[in-house]
Amino acid sequence: MEPALPLDHNHQLSLKEFPYLIRWRDDCCKRCGRCTAVCPVKAIVPAVKVRRIVQSESPIPTPTAVRKIVHVIEQVPDIERYCTGCGTCTLVCPNDAIEPEYNPVNKFLHFKNRGGEGYRRGGRRNDPAVSTLDRLKFTRISMLTDPALDAGRHEFRVRTLLGRILPPEELPIVVTDGTLGVDTTSDTFVPPVREIFPIMIGSMSVGALSPPMWEGLAMGVAYLNEVENLPVVMCTGEGGVPPRLLKSRFLKYMVLQIASGYFGWDEIIHAIPHMVEDPAAIEIKYGQGAKPGDGGLLMAQKVMKLIASIRGVPQFVDLASPPTHQTKYSIEEAVAKMIQSMSMAWGFRVPVYPKISGTKTARAVLNNLARNPYAAALSIDGEDGGTGAAYNVSIDKMGHPIASNLRECYLDLVRQGKQNELPLIAAGGIAKKGNLAANAAALIMLGASAVSIGKYMMQAAANCFGDEYNRCNICNTGKCPRGITTQDPKLFRRLDPDKVAERVVEIFKAANVELKKIFAPMGRSTELPIGMSDGLSVDDKAIAERLEISYAC
Amino acid sequence: MCRLAAITSNDYFSPMENILALETMKEGHDGSGLGLTLKDLGGHFEHLKGFPILSGICSKSGTKVLDDFMDKAGFQLKDVWAPKIKPVRGIRPRDHYFARVYDYPFSFKYKPWREKEDLLMNTRITLRKIGEPDESIFVFSFYPDVLTLKEVGDPLQVAEFFGLDKGGLKAKIIFAQGRQNTNYAIYLYACHPFFIQGYCSMTNGENTAFMPIRQFLTSRGFPGYIGYNSDSEVFTHILHYVVRQLGLPLTYYKDVITPLSERDIERRTDREALRLLTYSLRPLCIDGPNVVIGFTPDGTCFMVHDAKKLRPGVVGGVKGKYALMSEECGLDSAIPKRDKSLDLFPMKYDMVIVRPEAEEVIVWNQLSH
Repeated sequence: MEPALPLDHNHQLSLKEFPYLIRWRDDCCKRCGRCTAVCPVKAIVPAVKVRRIVQSESPIPTPTAVRKIVHVIEQVPDIERYCTGCGTCTLVCPNDAIEPEYNPVNKFLHFKNRGGEGYRRGGRRNDPAVSTLDRLKFTRISMLTDPALDAGRHEFRVRTLLGRILPPEELPIVVTDGTLGVDTTSDTFVPPVREIFPIMIGSMSVGALSPPMWEGLAMGVAYLNEVENLPVVMCTGEGGVPPRLLKSRFLKYMVLQIASGYFGWDEIIHAIPHMVEDPAAIEIKYGQGAKPGDGGLLMAQKVMKLIASIRGVPQFVDLASPPTHQTKYSIEEAVAKMIQSMSMAWGFRVPVYPKISGTKTARAVLNNLARNPYAAALSIDGEDGGTGAAYNVSIDKMGHPIASNLRECYLDLVRQGKQNELPLIAAGGIAKKGNLAANAAALIMLGASAVSIGKYMMQAAANCFGDEYNRCNICNTGKCPRGITTQDPKLFRRLDPDKVAERVVEIFKAANVELKKIFAPMGRSTELPIGMSDGLSVDDKAIAERLEISYAC
Repeated sequence: MCRLAAITSNDYFSPMENILALETMKEGHDGSGLGLTLKDLGGHFEHLKGFPILSGICSKSGTKVLDDFMDKAGFQLKDVWAPKIKPVRGIRPRDHYFARVYDYPFSFKYKPWREKEDLLMNTRITLRKIGEPDESIFVFSFYPDVLTLKEVGDPLQVAEFFGLDKGGLKAKIIFAQGRQNTNYAIYLYACHPFFIQGYCSMTNGENTAFMPIRQFLTSRGFPGYIGYNSDSEVFTHILHYVVRQLGLPLTYYKDVITPLSERDIERRTDREALRLLTYSLRPLCIDGPNVVIGFTPDGTCFMVHDAKKLRPGVVGGVKGKYALMSEECGLDSAIPKRDKSLDLFPMKYDMVIVRPEAEEVIVWNQLSH
């Protein structure tokens, strides 16, 4: 006889396949419904169940079976509504009755391709292992033969230069009566250079970020510059700039990014005559560490009215930047032209540099730029960088770690004697475990002139839930439960831009102190220890050999 | 930490004055070596001023190699001086200590001075490369009117070993370093003072920024920027690079090794050019802790510190004779009869410059330029 309900559920997934399992405590829950209301992916639902319960209510045990109608919270076994582990439910629960728990034996990726569509998400590479950067130690400590400096007493200059530096032999200078002067008869092009704090905020666009998040970052950066005397710059990402900012004096703290979609650039170009300050620099994005070979992607649901107007596009359409610049033919010709065109737009007063994703071919790019007198720097974004939206396979499997990529590029410059001419900016995985200053200092000592941070800012300044266990990572959906990467006012009103700005200031002030605490015992204070790799060690011989640093154990 | 004793005078004097000054500073060095560089030589060398002097040490086999090489290179031996070695306990004598005076190869006799300088330096480097693997040849300087002596041991004993206490060897500028061996094995090429094409310097303290400075110098493509058995050799090469190669006035050496902040650059009259220079030579910032004492080909002597001034030095003396010392007691030994109230302790922005012939002392300040 056939059962009334089919028992064959083979086509259905069990919750065991899911990356996060909801732990709900019946005895604590007061059925307020906040958790189900707030869940960004509707992974939990209130449900009504009929249960057979054996109970005894008399003083003498008299077990009786009763049937009761109960209200419960259930996790939905639907792959499209999988629990992301964000924990917003826990955050709003008044009784600690619910929390997601990571399921290390999940088979999520086996199934997350329904409809023939690969898994897309935001966030960073899901690799919780300790990165190379976190394995590097600062081992050359000044002590008796070379007294350590006092981080609190000595004058420190934690500054770097952004822009092409002329080699000393080519400087247009003359000596007259024992004093140097600029040779006004020389036709040598002196590239623009900015003195900045060596940690930059990396490119995150208006659009990828919510208005309060972007505003908070910008306010924090302005405060750091104007009040704290820390010349931090932030990159706009591809997607334009709010028009008022373009015409304000705060533009000088912004690195404007142009990428393959050219979003927002019509508005930027038209604003040039009205600009009262030059931007800090122009970044031409050719690649992104989190998704090499992919262009930018802003999903339709995030293209709200403000974003559409800034970018000069219709609302609610997918904004996909091509994987590469359509005008690009070769680095020798088209890239050089693009650098020159952008330089020309601001009268050669603004440094223009390309950003590429970490790759084995980085040195080829570098060597070409080294010969281009208008290239102001090279930014290399390693595989541990973040993104607002990409295929999981790109995020997890494509790209090159930053440490060795940066190091080989720096040593290449050393071989050519150009290590001080073309600054290298390293990004991708800095402060993955929260060690911002240590990771930044290590990269600087491997040869970086500056480092760039993105997702760490979202985590540290706005409490982003994301981590390397695929927690949350739904930046692409526009449903960010923190209000960081959403354009939905109901969500982004959860984020206070003033609080974000406060945190930005705290983060950079703390990093400044910590950098001094690293540099002081190593005897460095006036200039950054760029390339001072003799101060670094690692507990792995293969890494030591690859990075040309010492092995210590 | 090494101790430094430099004396500049308008009259010839004996290197014993420097060595006795080092002796007073003995608490600061462990007697692991003595380096001496003499410039503007008197005595035996007074009539040989125009001819380059090759200073070094050879083994027996090295002597023959050296002679053959110099012969083939076209240098004609004019004169040979060697210290009269007196056996001293604790110093292992090597075969030949020498200062050989040569005449230029015929093809170079009428060449411009810079070409002659390059020839001398390249010859010295080649000899160094030939003799370094088996330590059969050490050459420290090859330049007119400059002599260098180096040996491992206590400075006073090394002086006795070389017979310097017997007189004979004199000069108007003498630099001496009493070595304190810390990080490196005792090796003659690691011993100060360092010399290249008329520029000389000696330093105490460690050089925390050694690695990026060395990389910058070695990537200049200049054949003389080699060695670096001591992290202090870069100070000499920076001096040579800034003054000779880039043609900048000596005071810019200070601006290069201790670059000013953006705010301070703005106060300078040469701010635009200085900013370009500071940016361009950013990797040469020394960051200390060091005191650097040096001389340039015209006989100017100077003392500078890193920006932290954790290695203070002192300059003092009388008109016609000044001493630049790492310690005050060394100065008291070298020039006791002076007005001590006029002693100069250069501060972080200062460069103390003693003009040739010890004519006058100038304190040049980075901020008041």
